[in-house]
Amino acid sequence: MSFLVGNGGGFSGDRVDAPIPVVRSLVARGLPAALFFETLGERTVALAQLERRRDPELGYEPMLERLLEPILADCFRHRIPILGNFGAANPPAAARLVARLALRLGLPELKIATISGDDVSTSIALDQLPVHEADDSIDTKSARLVAANAYIGAEPLVDALRQGADVVVAGRTSDPALAIAPLVHHFGWAFDDWQRLAVGAACGHLLECGSQVTGGVFWDPGFKDIPDPANIGFPIAEVTAEGGLIITKPEDTGGIVDLRTVKEQLLYELHDPARYITPDVVLDISGCTVEQVGKDRVVVRGLAGHPRPETLKVTACFEGTWLGEGEVSVAGPNALARARATADVLLQRLKLRALPVRPRVDLIGIASVLDSDDGALWRGYNGPEPPEVRIRLAVEGADRDAVDQAAREVLALLCCGTAGTGGARWRLTPRILTRSYLVLRERVPTGVKVRTAAEMVA
Amino acid sequence: MSETVELPLHAVAHSRAGDKGNRSNMSLIPYDPALYPLLAEQVTEARVLALFAHRGATRCTRYALPLLHAFNFVVDDVLEGGVNGSLNLDGHGKTHSFRLLSLTVRVPGELAPR
Repeated sequence: MSFLVGNGGGFSGDRVDAPIPVVRSLVARGLPAALFFETLGERTVALAQLERRRDPELGYEPMLERLLEPILADCFRHRIPILGNFGAANPPAAARLVARLALRLGLPELKIATISGDDVSTSIALDQLPVHEADDSIDTKSARLVAANAYIGAEPLVDALRQGADVVVAGRTSDPALAIAPLVHHFGWAFDDWQRLAVGAACGHLLECGSQVTGGVFWDPGFKDIPDPANIGFPIAEVTAEGGLIITKPEDTGGIVDLRTVKEQLLYELHDPARYITPDVVLDISGCTVEQVGKDRVVVRGLAGHPRPETLKVTACFEGTWLGEGEVSVAGPNALARARATADVLLQRLKLRALPVRPRVDLIGIASVLDSDDGALWRGYNGPEPPEVRIRLAVEGADRDAVDQAAREVLALLCCGTAGTGGARWRLTPRILTRSYLVLRERVPTGVKVRTAAEMVA
Repeated sequence: MSETVELPLHAVAHSRAGDKGNRSNMSLIPYDPALYPLLAEQVTEARVLALFAHRGATRCTRYALPLLHAFNFVVDDVLEGGVNGSLNLDGHGKTHSFRLLSLTVRVPGELAPR
């Protein structure tokens, strides 16, 4: 008999009503099931840590209550555990929120697990660790650390499920661990059964970005059309004890599951397809095949697993420089010439005022996201005259006031700019820089605490 | 010998981009698996690297997945410092897949989309 794994969210900021049809489908199918949420990007935990500094009861996924409220009672009554890294920088506070929600919904017996151990900001000296990946321009000696979290694996999550947890609140975990854990718990797979753990990791990898395997960031009108993109159904995987894996989605939802969506998501954020490293297993998809076996049903076969690494990845987030941005628009006849002149004048103004910032100008509508910092594409553009252009200045620097002053130069164009300049916006944002390290897994002990909602609020 | 037509990859293949640090990865998947060998021949590491030369890309590695009829292109140092350091609106480089799809290929008439 299959076990169902549903996904209710693929990032912090995903559609908040997505879990409802997934849970409805899991309940209707009547098979044993779990639901997971992946809401913690690389930097999300640092932003959450800054929230927690402001208020010790914050620092978890801000949409948590909105995501869980419509589904919590159904999941509890049908024994569908919910797992998520929505605890972000403050799993205990997130667990308390779930407890209060459960009491409000009349579920005092709901068991909530809080996972600890991923936060290594005070327990491990980072400068003694080998660097794994680094952003450019980090001077970690002078930069202030905001957060350092290890990507922990499925083991503590499985512990939580064994203790009967209905909701598992974690901070940083590997994304696939959120799917591996309920499978290991349900089927009793061993933690050195690399073959089956590989299926769990692939299940997690395919589902962790929510709709990305059911039509999200896939649809391309006229080329890759999908039904009802306003109501894309989030994914459900059917997994068997032997390691069979089928990707599907709830009936009566939009979106699509076919060979194209599954292939795109299989390769998403992958480098060497033979070595996708997770804390629980190294996944090898180089021999993988996919087959459509029904409407919105794709079988994934040929997955291989290799022993897990001895190290875990730790991502550290540091306070970075300031980012200033400003935009104005021009339109109509001669818009391109006015846009080019505006760009040049902005750069000239920054030089004139000797502001210590690194600038970039984009001509949105001509070239921006694909362009380089020096504007190679828009400077070389010789295509047709555009109906409108939006000019964007972006600057960064360590001096907050200088960055602010630079961004305000865009605002000043409302009076000093070319004819017909309008629609100014500007903003200043603190930047977070990240650096990843590798740490031996035994240096990252984890903890699990399971209590009922009634116990937590009492 | 049939006539060949020159087409943007977008007409015959699809792609998705992702990021890790200052590195971008882009899948490339032909709609028709029969086009897989042709893409293997024409969409080389050098051509993809050249597409992102203006961004400072230093290296392109192509992984072939013949059973999935797919490729994975990994381009180093293309994200202007990565999502945290970049001044680009799209620091993740998610839009890069469509720059890849603007590359042209020569396709035999009988394999070109109608």
